[in-house]
Amino acid sequence: MTTDVASPPARQRTRRRAGGLLPSPGWGYLMIAPAFIGLVAFYVWPFLTTFGKSFMDVPAFGPGTFTGVDNYTELLADDRFWQALRNSALYTVILLLGVPVAIVLAALIEQVSRGRALYRVLFFLPVVTLPVAVSMVWRFIYNGDFGLLNYVLSLVGVPGQYWVADATFTIYAVGVVGIWMSLGINLIILGAGLQSIPQDLYEASSLDGAGRVRQFFRITLPLLSPSVFLVTVLTVISALQMFDLIFVMLRSVNNTALADSKTIVYLFYEKAFVEFDQGYGAAIAIVLLMVIMAATLVQFRLQRRWVFYD
Amino acid sequence: MRHGKRWIAAAAVLAALAATGCGSSGGGDGKVTLSYATWSDDQKPAMEAIAKAFEDKHPDIDVQVQVLPWPEYWSTLQVGAAGRTAPDAFWMLADQFPAYAKGKQLLDITDAVKAAGVDLAAYPKAVLDLYDVDGKLYGLPKDFDTNAIWFNKALFDKAGVAYPDDSWTWDDAREAARKLTNPAAGVWGIAAPIDRQGGYYNSIYQAGGKVIGDDGKAAIDSPEAISGLQFWTQMHADGFSPTLKQLSDTEAVQMFMDQKVAMYFSGSFWAQRLYGDQALRPNVGVAPLPKAKQRATMISGILNAGYAGTKHPKELAEFLIFASGKDAAVIQAKSGAVLPAYQDTQQGWLDAMPEFNLKVFVDAVDYSVPLPIAGDAAKWTGLETQYLGPAWEGKQSAADAARAYNTAINEVLAQ
Repeated sequence: MTTDVASPPARQRTRRRAGGLLPSPGWGYLMIAPAFIGLVAFYVWPFLTTFGKSFMDVPAFGPGTFTGVDNYTELLADDRFWQALRNSALYTVILLLGVPVAIVLAALIEQVSRGRALYRVLFFLPVVTLPVAVSMVWRFIYNGDFGLLNYVLSLVGVPGQYWVADATFTIYAVGVVGIWMSLGINLIILGAGLQSIPQDLYEASSLDGAGRVRQFFRITLPLLSPSVFLVTVLTVISALQMFDLIFVMLRSVNNTALADSKTIVYLFYEKAFVEFDQGYGAAIAIVLLMVIMAATLVQFRLQRRWVFYD
Repeated sequence: MRHGKRWIAAAAVLAALAATGCGSSGGGDGKVTLSYATWSDDQKPAMEAIAKAFEDKHPDIDVQVQVLPWPEYWSTLQVGAAGRTAPDAFWMLADQFPAYAKGKQLLDITDAVKAAGVDLAAYPKAVLDLYDVDGKLYGLPKDFDTNAIWFNKALFDKAGVAYPDDSWTWDDAREAARKLTNPAAGVWGIAAPIDRQGGYYNSIYQAGGKVIGDDGKAAIDSPEAISGLQFWTQMHADGFSPTLKQLSDTEAVQMFMDQKVAMYFSGSFWAQRLYGDQALRPNVGVAPLPKAKQRATMISGILNAGYAGTKHPKELAEFLIFASGKDAAVIQAKSGAVLPAYQDTQQGWLDAMPEFNLKVFVDAVDYSVPLPIAGDAAKWTGLETQYLGPAWEGKQSAADAARAYNTAINEVLAQ
């Protein structure tokens, strides 16, 4: 068998034989059909309709009329759009601050000899809990009058704040919850990355006199970089899609801070589903898609500088 | 890890694409199954009892009551209607109604109502008027609500203030709020949220103003309307109400239930919830809203409406007529859930909660004003926090806020 794998002609032969067993190449398409149909129905088709609608004036019900790039020119002149874009960028930066936290926590959890699974479960719980339920709980924690956070702060003499009703704090308050919610999945990815690092590297380096900190920066971080990269890309995408936390934690007719804290997806929701302006909403969605694409592309370009694939 | 790179790229593209997609959910379908969408958990038992009573008369029809959470009720309904999967019957509100009626999404039951011999005089005219589009009937009123003062007798007693009554003017309300406010005890005289239906619309009309003028344009920049807004902004300026930030974190009704505010001007629809709180119940009183130039309260009501794209229009029309009819009204009244719209069935609602002086809400029909609706109401009412918030927070005068909001409303109406 070893010679088979090594010699190209042998491989060629096997492949041809396998092809002969199947009636036609059509089989392949049949096999991928379930996934392919799902992809077209739930991703490609909605994308195409959204793209089409972004060039139309679409009323609440019924067909729309073609208006060219009107939605886009209106969008670019809309202060609320730029504000939402800035807010989304800020949420992204805040959520990215959670990545180093996740790396350190993942490394610490690996050090734990007993109860490692327990820690993983504890950190993963928010991931499998409904975001709406999580947001409701945090809304209570952040409550300016009866909230747990202000109570704890009062014990150490720090004056309480209206964390989700005061525009000075809203974005950061929501960002902290975002970090906490994404921690679990990040820890799983980073934990798997940590375990794939060969143990002998650490043994060899400690023979050479490297300390724990030096090992972390010289061995762990470089070899973990593909996982860190994946976590970073996913974090940016999910941060740019931030919606549910704002919807539950900030939405109140009495909350004047909401206007200053809307993300791009929240603005999309308001336009498309509250104001019934679907064309404009679609244009926002397309711009968001392009922003996410661009952000991801930039990250893939930058990865050459810091990501090491063995 | 080398092919891991490609996998990451694929995952990233998928996640990005997901940002543009949106899902939808559908209603049920059987032999003859009708779905009936509502947003109130409180009213679910009553709605199920009505469905059951209808099924007893029509064994071939199965009615399924669905409770959708309020925050997503309208987006779910809209997506459902656009995707042809809307529920058959559903609750409709006046500010959403024009978009659905003009969009031809509602089942026209004019003929079915006529054939069934329903007397429209059995419903409050103001509520029917809210849902009047070129003389066609797109449903029948399910209930109605008016506003009054919910007040806490224990807090009034403690402060030595006489209970509100029908002689009260704005000055009496202000004076009471001043005496009731006790910062040391964490008690406020009144809750002053940005609340059009229970709050500032009422005071605008009490002052002799209007929200939408006779010419169909916004009118909240008139001196009378501005004084109606000032009634509320002054409560904040004087510190008689929890701040807007506090009311954002904790709803006004919750503050009232926690016995932190002595007065809450709001609708009859809270009756059941307040009554259900055993500790609170003996403390709750009801009095008419205070008058200024005149007495006024908003009146609104839910419409039982049907989806034009239903598979069973005949059965649906029968159900809608039944659900807004006398038998259903009696069921609703007994449950205490809400004030039924059908005439002379309100006594059951009063009897369900005898400790509360609920007759105030029924009597209020006499001086009630239909909730002002014009053009794309959902769009311009959605701007209220942005324009009125600064006045409530004392950052801007009520007059300046009213003028700015007036302009914004007219811009929406002109679209």
